[in-house]
Amino acid sequence: MTKSTSTELATETVLERESRNATKAMLTEFWYYFSQNKGAVIGLVVFAVLVAVALLAPLVAPHDPDVQYRDALLQPPFWQDGGSFAFPLGTDAVGRDILSRLIFGSRFSLFIGVVVVTIALVGGIVIGLVAGYARGWVDTLIMRVMDIILAFPSLLLALVLVAILGPGLVNAMIAIAIVLQPHFVRLTRAAVLAEVNRDYVVAARVAGAGHLRLMFKTILPNCLAPLIVQATLSFSNAILDAAALGFLGMGAQPPTPEWGTMLAEAREFILRAWWVVTFPGLAILITVLAINLVGDGLRDALDPKLKRS
Amino acid sequence: MFRFLIGRLGLLIPTFFGVTLVAFWFIRLLPGDPLDLLAGERGMDPERKAQLMAQMGFDKPWWQQYFDYVINIFHGDLGVSFASKKPVLVEFLTLFPATVELSLCAIIIAICLGIPAGIFAAVKRGSAADQAIMGTALVGYSMPIFWWGLLLIILFSGILQWTPVSGRISLMYFFPQVTGFMLIDSLLSGEKGAFASALSHLILPSIVLATIPLAVIARQTRSAMLEVLGEDYVRTARAKGLSPARVIGLHALRNALIPVITTIGLQVGVLLAGAILTETIFSWPGIGKWLVDSISRRDYFVVQGGLLLIAGIIMVVNLIVDLLYGLINPRIRHN
Repeated sequence: MTKSTSTELATETVLERESRNATKAMLTEFWYYFSQNKGAVIGLVVFAVLVAVALLAPLVAPHDPDVQYRDALLQPPFWQDGGSFAFPLGTDAVGRDILSRLIFGSRFSLFIGVVVVTIALVGGIVIGLVAGYARGWVDTLIMRVMDIILAFPSLLLALVLVAILGPGLVNAMIAIAIVLQPHFVRLTRAAVLAEVNRDYVVAARVAGAGHLRLMFKTILPNCLAPLIVQATLSFSNAILDAAALGFLGMGAQPPTPEWGTMLAEAREFILRAWWVVTFPGLAILITVLAINLVGDGLRDALDPKLKRS
Repeated sequence: MFRFLIGRLGLLIPTFFGVTLVAFWFIRLLPGDPLDLLAGERGMDPERKAQLMAQMGFDKPWWQQYFDYVINIFHGDLGVSFASKKPVLVEFLTLFPATVELSLCAIIIAICLGIPAGIFAAVKRGSAADQAIMGTALVGYSMPIFWWGLLLIILFSGILQWTPVSGRISLMYFFPQVTGFMLIDSLLSGEKGAFASALSHLILPSIVLATIPLAVIARQTRSAMLEVLGEDYVRTARAKGLSPARVIGLHALRNALIPVITTIGLQVGVLLAGAILTETIFSWPGIGKWLVDSISRRDYFVVQGGLLLIAGIIMVVNLIVDLLYGLINPRIRHN
């Protein structure tokens, strides 16, 4: 009796170790392919810096983002005549430090990305799994609803949803998540359809696995690669769309230092003070570009078809 | 082919009714009822309100209202704009050519630059040129176009003073709108300088709107070309001793274009969403600006009608792309 228990235990530890080793090997392999793509590594570094800046915003920012320095209205960046190191990237029309506002703005953009992708991803996975697993009228109904959402240009639908929910950052995030969701549903459903009749799923079903277990533990882990890539792309899309909504006055409201909202406020000064317009947009571009670079790298690293070539 | 068409239509019809449901519920889900919106902050006395509610059919059960709404759609009645008191469809049709003109110019720029760039990058795979093209494409793809538009205005309208800041044509010119396309109308008018003025107004917005489709088309062309260049028939064509131009231009490109055409079709939605931002920045009098203005004016019948019409256009274009795809690629058609 004792002997058999100890053998069982030993087998278990061996199995555990093997599965740990397999995970480690997978990660190593993943990193190998990911790091082959120099752009992706640069993107990852930039993204990490952005996350650090966002987290440490109160420590890094030279000024409070909302304090108005009335004696320094529309002051240019330090390298231009009239600029000073006190306001490295200049000030806006009411004398707020642009660098500090950009630093605090990074919090909003990253927060928007995380929240939107989480809602869209979780919702999309659940709905997609149900559609692909249940088939029949449930599937048809879900996919037609997704077709309807996809029939509208995403920005227009987000604008309309915000009109219903009321302008503001939270509502903008909900609207964007709804608009981005169908992509996840479609991907999940397609992956489930490809996997559901494979031997390992049939084996799990024969072994008595319930529906939920089959959906989430057996099938889902094998559909993750495309979802991860899509999540990265959606992260950058969410940031762009939220900035666009902010720019149109339907997203975060002033004086929030959200980058799109900052651009909207800066619009009337474009021909007088180039810096109030240039820097917020540059911040959006750099962030989105970094994330898209990572996304390209992830696709290369996770796509087995590309690996072989 | 006929069965293919029927199958596609079968998918389209439920989606169309779904879209009408979305547009229908949009007005009813807004905070406050439509008449409160109509009355604005002055308010309205309850008796008059009840009378108007009955007149506009808002007192009927929702399914009956929806039924009436759909019937009206098929009669071309999409409601009346609060602001201009004109029928929504009439306003849409007046402004739509401006958006079409802008979008057409944008997609022409995107195709004419994107496809050659993608081919070049694929043929020179791994070279500095490839990396530069793909790097630029990724920047374009990541571009917040509303900011890009502002930058171009600063440079070309502000510093260099080459182009005007906004509008479709200089106010100096007056001529009848024959086609609704300013480039053509200005030529037809025979007024000196009108065409140049229209062109100079069009160029910046077109570049802005073309940016993302251009990047997407270049990336898609490159990857489609790379896939095709590895195929046996391309190797055979090379082995036969055909010139590289012939191999790439004829054997490879024709097959690589199939996914690219789908991508181009999918850009219609991107263009219409981009038009919302581009037209707002350049005060371009098209449907994008019209919708944004209507949302901020709370002119909700316009938004409702615009939603329906835009979704309808996208659906029709997608159907056409699907059919084209079926025509070019028999494998799809016979499945």
